[in-house]
Order: sequence, then C-alpha cells, then structure tokens
Amino acid sequence: MPELALKPAFNPSTPNPYLPQVATVLEVIQETHNIRSFRVRLDDEQAWASFSFEPGQLGQLSLFGVGEATFVINSPPTCKAYLQFSVMRAGEVTTALHGLQAGDKIGLRAPLGNSFPYNDLKGKNVIFIGGGIGMAPMRTLLLYMLDNRRDYGDISLLYGARTPQDLSFAYDRADWLGREDMRTVLTIDAPAEGWEHKVGLIPNVLTEMAPSPENAVAVTCGPPIMIKFTLQALGKLGFKPEQILTTLEKRMKCGIGICGRCNIGEKYVCIDGPVFTYAQLQTMVNEL
Amino acid sequence: MEASSKFIARTALAGWLGELSARFRVWAPRREGRAVLYRPFDPQAPEDNLPELDKKPTESAKHIIFPRSEPLINFRRKRDPEHPGQFLLDLRVPEAPGPSLIFGLPPCDARGFMVFDPVYNGSGTDGQARDIYYLRRRAAALLIVRSCSRTLSTCFCNWVGGAPDSAEGADILASEAEDGFLLEPVSSEGAAALDSGLLVPADENRLKAAQAARDEAKKTLKPAPDISGAGKALLERFEDAAFWKGEAAHCLSCGICTFLCPTCYCFNVTDETAGANGVRLRSWDACMTPLFTLEASGHNPRQDKAARLKNRIGHKFSYYPELHEARFACVGCGRCIKSCPSGVDIRRIVTDSVGLTQSPKPKAAPRNIPGGKE
Repeated sequence: MPELALKPAFNPSTPNPYLPQVATVLEVIQETHNIRSFRVRLDDEQAWASFSFEPGQLGQLSLFGVGEATFVINSPPTCKAYLQFSVMRAGEVTTALHGLQAGDKIGLRAPLGNSFPYNDLKGKNVIFIGGGIGMAPMRTLLLYMLDNRRDYGDISLLYGARTPQDLSFAYDRADWLGREDMRTVLTIDAPAEGWEHKVGLIPNVLTEMAPSPENAVAVTCGPPIMIKFTLQALGKLGFKPEQILTTLEKRMKCGIGICGRCNIGEKYVCIDGPVFTYAQLQTMVNEL
Repeated sequence: MEASSKFIARTALAGWLGELSARFRVWAPRREGRAVLYRPFDPQAPEDNLPELDKKPTESAKHIIFPRSEPLINFRRKRDPEHPGQFLLDLRVPEAPGPSLIFGLPPCDARGFMVFDPVYNGSGTDGQARDIYYLRRRAAALLIVRSCSRTLSTCFCNWVGGAPDSAEGADILASEAEDGFLLEPVSSEGAAALDSGLLVPADENRLKAAQAARDEAKKTLKPAPDISGAGKALLERFEDAAFWKGEAAHCLSCGICTFLCPTCYCFNVTDETAGANGVRLRSWDACMTPLFTLEASGHNPRQDKAARLKNRIGHKFSYYPELHEARFACVGCGRCIKSCPSGVDIRRIVTDSVGLTQSPKPKAAPRNIPGGKE
C-alpha cells in the first residue's frame, strides 16, 4: 500500500531570502580608473544595529531595474559605521553601480556565504598575496587582524597591480607601509616613473620575499593566471595545500545555494564558499 | 487505507473536477495539437476540456509550482519629499497564490517535485535559506497522480527508483479501472478530497482491474540496468575529454532537455521596468547555454557544450545524490530523450559511464536534423 506523501510544510513567518534590505550609499571612493568603493549603511536602524558578519562573507548589491551582483564585504566587522564594497566596472550591474552617488538608495542582501577561518589563524604568521581587485576580499581579513593585532603572528602583505594607478586603497596603503607590525610589499608589472616599490610579477616577487611556511598561512586572491603561478610559487616555498586560503568568484544569482549557477561539482561557491583552502579545491572537480 | 478507496466513472470526472474547482485551481493535462500540456481546468465548460489521460504530457508539471517566470518583488521608485533629487524604494512581495490541484500527472512528475523539495527547503536544516515562493505553492498543492497504463520506449523510471504506479509524492493515486478510475488516498489531504457524492466506494472487481492494469504497465518496461555506480563513474570520467566530447557531439545547446525536465530547477533573476515601476523576475534557466556561467570578465568555466552536458549529467547522477540522501536528480520521464532534436540520450551516457555500453565515437549524426548526414 502506498505510504504517506511527504511534502515540505510552509511556515508563513519564514523570512524571504530574496528580499533585499534598503540601504543608503554614504560615500563613493574612486579607487582606480575602473574600481570604485561604496560605503553603505542599512536604512532600518534596528536592522543596522543588529547586523553582523564575519570577514570574507558576501553581500548582494541590488539596483532595482538593473539587477544584483555579488561582492565581498571588504570593510572589517570591527567597522560599525558602514559596509564597504569595491566594484570593478565590468558588466551591466557594475557599470550601473558606478553611477551611484552619496545619498542614493540600493538593495542589500547580506551576509551570505562562509568566511575566512580567522579563529584558526590565531597565533599564525599570515601572508596576504593580492592581485588587482583581488585585494578587496582580503582587505576585510587584513583589517580585522590589524584590529586584533596581538592575536596573530607576523603579518605580511604582497599587493600588486599592472600599474601604480591600478592599486586601490590608497588610504590603507599609507598606513600599511608605515606600520612596524606588518611587512608590506607593493609591486607593479613594468617600471613606472616615480615608483619606489618593487617591479615584477607577483609570483616572482613572492619567491624573492621567500616567506617561511613554518606556522604560516598564505591568503591569496587575484586573476586566475596570477593564482595559478602563485600556487606554484607557494608550493616551491614549502606551503602545503592546507596552508593556502583563497576566495573564489563565480557568476551568481540567488546567493543562497538554490539557483544552481555557481557550482563546482557538488559545492556551491555562494554557500560553501567563497573561501576555500587549496586542499579543498584539489578535492573538487577541476572546473574553475 | 483500501477501505477508503473510491471509484469514479469517466463520465463523472468532469463533474468532480468542477466540484474541486471551488476549493482549488485545478490543472489537468489537455491535448493541444500534437502536444499534451497542463492547462487550468475550466469548470464553466467542463466537458470541453476533459483531461487527456491516455497520452503522456509533453511537458512536466513543474511550472504549476515553479512558474516559467514569476515576480519575486514589485518595486517602485518614489521621489523623496524631504530630499528632492533623491528616490525612495518601495518593495513589495506578491501575495501567495491560492491552493492548486494537479489532476492526472504521471508518477515521474510527482517524484520530480521531491527532487526540488530539499533544495528549495534549505535541505530541511535550520539557518539555511528557504524559497518561500516555491514552498507556499508546493505546500498548498494537491497531487492526483495517475498510474501509467502503458509506457513509452523512452520511459526509464525503473532505473531511478520509480515505477509506473509509484505513489511517491502523491496525495491520491488514480488508476484506470474499466470504465473509470480507482482513487486511492495517499495523504490525509488526499483522503479529504475524496469526500464527494460523485464518487462511490471501490468494489473488489475494480480494485482487481486497477491492479491488473498496473501490473501490465510494469511489464512493458525493460528491466533496469544497475546504475548505482553511475555517480562515482561519472566523476572518474570528469577529466576524460574524449568521452564527453563524444557524448555531446550532437548537442545543439538548445536547452529543451532542461525546460521539459521535471527536476531541472535552475533559474535566473532579472529586472524589468516601466517608468518608476518595475518587477524582479525569477525565470527558468538552462545550464546547457553558454551564457549560464559566463562571467563579466569574459571568463567562462563551462565554455564548450561538452563541459555543460557533463555538468547537467553530473548534477543529476553525482552532485545532487551526494548532497541529498543518494537520490538521483532524474526521475526517468524520458522527455529529454523524446524531445531532443539531435538524439542525445541520457540513458546512453549513464550506461556508457559505468561501462555497460560504449557509444561509438564520433556517433553518426541522426538523419532528422538540418546538417545531419543522410
């Protein structure tokens, strides 16, 4: 005899995961010729007071009439005044986002996804390796660690871009370069007038820096070609796949593991990521 | 539950569906030209739109619970009276639709919803996002499954845990019995829907006739091969480019397989505006098209059709079962085989993967497509 049908129940008080909260753009910062940062804050005071996230988590910025796109919240959780998103102009939504001005309203769905294992990093030496816009997702973790400096070992940063004009976060860089509790190396691809820092591709400069893998973790993000050679360089330096963290990007829509767009095998970058260890990536199907 | 099984004469069917229309929006398969499509049943003209129950619906029933395109949010931009030049956003979520009833869906279509369920219900775990649009329709829908009296050469539900008389996911199981249908309640909601003066208690002869018809249908299915190892086998083939190139050789990337599939649940989200008003829509999408994963940078992780076919088959037989209690995300309805314009056969790919068959590579092009060899 047939058994009872099992269909999911519906509780009308279930929150609607597709409904963005309304937020206001507080400030727009021109980072490079094609990257702008947006500092936003939720309009609803109660929602803003109780908003929390962890470094590495995602937000969906929503421009009604254009669409939504996913970005890492790159301000640290310790910053209570705003959430910062850095947007490189590339497609439809990012182009429209670049038209935003202070005072404009946008939709925000956040936080989404997993985060950097910042607790597991305590007591460890951490080297950040960022290329271009890839610096943005790491910025949240770096600032969080600097705000909790005593919890961590040595902190180093290697940040590179094509030209000096392609480096973002000028307001951070001055601080990072001046700090005695972190080592900062900047690099560009080809010599440029007035440039006082390194010249060379990130993997080569990394090899030159030769960070020790001893009690260390490398965090890296950047364009696929940079990641490929950075992983090789880290391997040669003795970093094991478990010691390397990266944060992935995919075309996303729902951001909640349903729409089926950002999968790599059975993993969904929007909920199982965006942060993965290189060891995890090696167990996943090869489809980056 | 047999005691509460009912019988309805074919001649009384339209009247009963008319009765149910007072409580539900009733859907039933209807013949339109060469196709059989699920259409709203019109209680005003019941005799003119009798359900087509002899031919398998061309499409799956998923659009009744998961519409091809549905509004997620209605939005409106209003001028901010306090800050001229700035706009306020007014966001509204459409009201829940009323309950629906689907009469006469084959068992594979009902099982298709069971593939959707865990994905759209946050895997049943706390803290996971739940899709309220799907859930509110799904929870309020009554499914009257009709067991299949005959099967098609493309049917393979028995490969993937189904059967022509499976009641899995049904509220009522209807089976052909002589001059009408035996109606067996499967859920309590189904039992309640059988409370009608137009139905009579099922007698022993009709129970037997229904059972005989179901047994007969089962015999028409060829024995299922053992594909329990398909999930692993397909993963082991992941890097085998020649295998996937061969399987995908004739795929046109048209996506018909995904649109007709009762378990393909991927969607896109787009905005449409008219003046200050607009709507955010969720619409069916297809992983078989190159746009599905194309990133703004120009990078595409699934650039060629072989990679896309690999993902679709991989999702159904490896990835989904990995996440959802080893259940295949395929119910064996065979629509993707029947309607594929270039003869791609999912059964063949699965059996090739586990080594039960070996497709010749490259395959000969079928004759019925433009550009195909004569």
